[in-house]
Amino acid sequence: MSFPHRHDLETTTLLSRDQGDEDARTLSGWLERGGYERLRAAIGMAPDEITEVVKESGLRGRGGAGFPTGLKWSFMPKDDGKPHYLCCNADESEPGAFKDREILRWTPHLLIEGCLIAARAIGAGHVYIYVRGEFFPYTRILNRAVTEAYENGYIGDDIMELGWSCELTVHNGAGAYIAGEETGLMNSLMGNRAEPWSKPPFPAQAGVFGMPTTVNNVETLATVPGIIENGAEWYRQWGSEKSPGTKLWCCSGHLVRPGNYELGLGVPLSDIIFDVCGGTPSGKPVKAVIPGGSSTAFLTGDELDCVTTYEGMQEAGSSLGTASPIVMDADTDIVAAMRRIAQFYAHESCGQCVQCREGTQWIVRILQRIEAGDGELRDFDTLYELCEQMTGRTICVLADSVVFPLRSSLDKFRSEYEARMSASLVKAG
Amino acid sequence: MSRRIHPAVSGAQAFQLAEREEIEGPILATEEGRERLEMTLSRYPQKRAALLPMLGFVQEKRGWISPDDMAEVAAALEVTPAYVHSIATFYTMYNKHPVGRHLVQVCTNISCHLNRGEEVLERFLDEVGTREGETSRDGEFTVIEAECLGACGFATVVQVNDEYFENVSPETVPDIVAELRGRA
Repeated sequence: MSFPHRHDLETTTLLSRDQGDEDARTLSGWLERGGYERLRAAIGMAPDEITEVVKESGLRGRGGAGFPTGLKWSFMPKDDGKPHYLCCNADESEPGAFKDREILRWTPHLLIEGCLIAARAIGAGHVYIYVRGEFFPYTRILNRAVTEAYENGYIGDDIMELGWSCELTVHNGAGAYIAGEETGLMNSLMGNRAEPWSKPPFPAQAGVFGMPTTVNNVETLATVPGIIENGAEWYRQWGSEKSPGTKLWCCSGHLVRPGNYELGLGVPLSDIIFDVCGGTPSGKPVKAVIPGGSSTAFLTGDELDCVTTYEGMQEAGSSLGTASPIVMDADTDIVAAMRRIAQFYAHESCGQCVQCREGTQWIVRILQRIEAGDGELRDFDTLYELCEQMTGRTICVLADSVVFPLRSSLDKFRSEYEARMSASLVKAG
Repeated sequence: MSRRIHPAVSGAQAFQLAEREEIEGPILATEEGRERLEMTLSRYPQKRAALLPMLGFVQEKRGWISPDDMAEVAAALEVTPAYVHSIATFYTMYNKHPVGRHLVQVCTNISCHLNRGEEVLERFLDEVGTREGETSRDGEFTVIEAECLGACGFATVVQVNDEYFENVSPETVPDIVAELRGRA
């Protein structure tokens, strides 16, 4: 196998350049690094110009769905006389993902700058950064940065005396995975249960407080200042035509060097697992990888040559998701791992849709039974039937999210399930 | 030019880290409570949006949220107590009953599961002598199993009140418990 992107592995530090440097957290440190100059430039641009640059850059949403960011911004109505809002989704809670907290804790001013540039583009007068409740230490860091920025005129009225104003509020969640879904997030922000709503209305029509709203992920917004500074072409030097740019990878599970890495999109997944992360601590082969956070389909150890772009991961039968490979070595009990994943979705289902509320519970009970050695062959039929009934039939994609790993684990690791059943099959026979 | 301080900032205390002084009576009626409510309301176009922040404030002060607190928040925000209850029970971080001085949350989700998260949980329960979801007899520890805490590369992840402990193994649990016990 070739390593066409090997040279990229250490050179792409667009987002992570200042991570680990405490000085970058302070306003003075941030200004020394050219901070808020990109915001100054953006305030000097027409909102449509900003959107156009981001569109040309090809930046895609980093929250998992990969929707083109500039296109999303262009859905916002113009001159409608209504207040517009930007919500920054910092409710990072996809199992496997831990990239946004690095941005929050090391470069809060980068995020603030990105939020304000985006707010300028969509005509928002107020930004809400929705941070998951558990992130106390990082909320405190973000709050210090917001205070400093307010005190020195980088947020609020007449920013940098350039005649443009924007408010920013940090809002904490209180423990709900589903608040990371964009309509769930807006409901939560309004003081409701974080229950997603059916679209339409789309957020750009009627979002938080009934007003046009854009919801963007932390990593997406933190990427924007660099694009404004250096232009769309510069950003396209990394990645592919359809998946430009760099991505923060969150590598976890059985790895010698788990952690965050920033890489240009398009590196083979096997390079990330073996070269960057050093392979498995046990030295045993990789049995399975869930490449994009727990809501994506399993790949087997033989399927790791795939290219880590949105389209490449789709061709491989999974998805890039939040770029959070969870690696499992040869000793891993796939049934137990899948049961644990299913328990998460059962716990986090908001309960609005029957397929999800009941389906996730059924899956857990069946998997627990199989794990205990009491499974039957017909459980496969029931599980596949559940996969069918839970796909594309609910308000949000939480139900689909458990189907991706479940169906793929049944397809690819059927023998592991059967091995757990054999005892009971013998009994029955 | 006068600059308003970002009002949410002074309020971003860790609400799992209760100050644990006994607070008698309504919390929002205190001077700090009134100030916080006013600041919080100023950040949103609708009153109800202050619900999560104000429940957070109550828990920050009392360590948990009592039915009376829920009624008080409801009255302040012009919603029903039942509505506040439905919110407080939807979100996992609101303590609906008193918890120990150290609220220990052990993640056992997939990445932690692969790195012995369940054993870490068992070891915590053994060390402090309690059952999952319950508080130790001395009132020091409540240990609960948590869903993903968002630090999966550093499994097993344990959150104690507002603090993250990373790369926890069953072997390092006794030291953590001893260190927590020793804190003033």
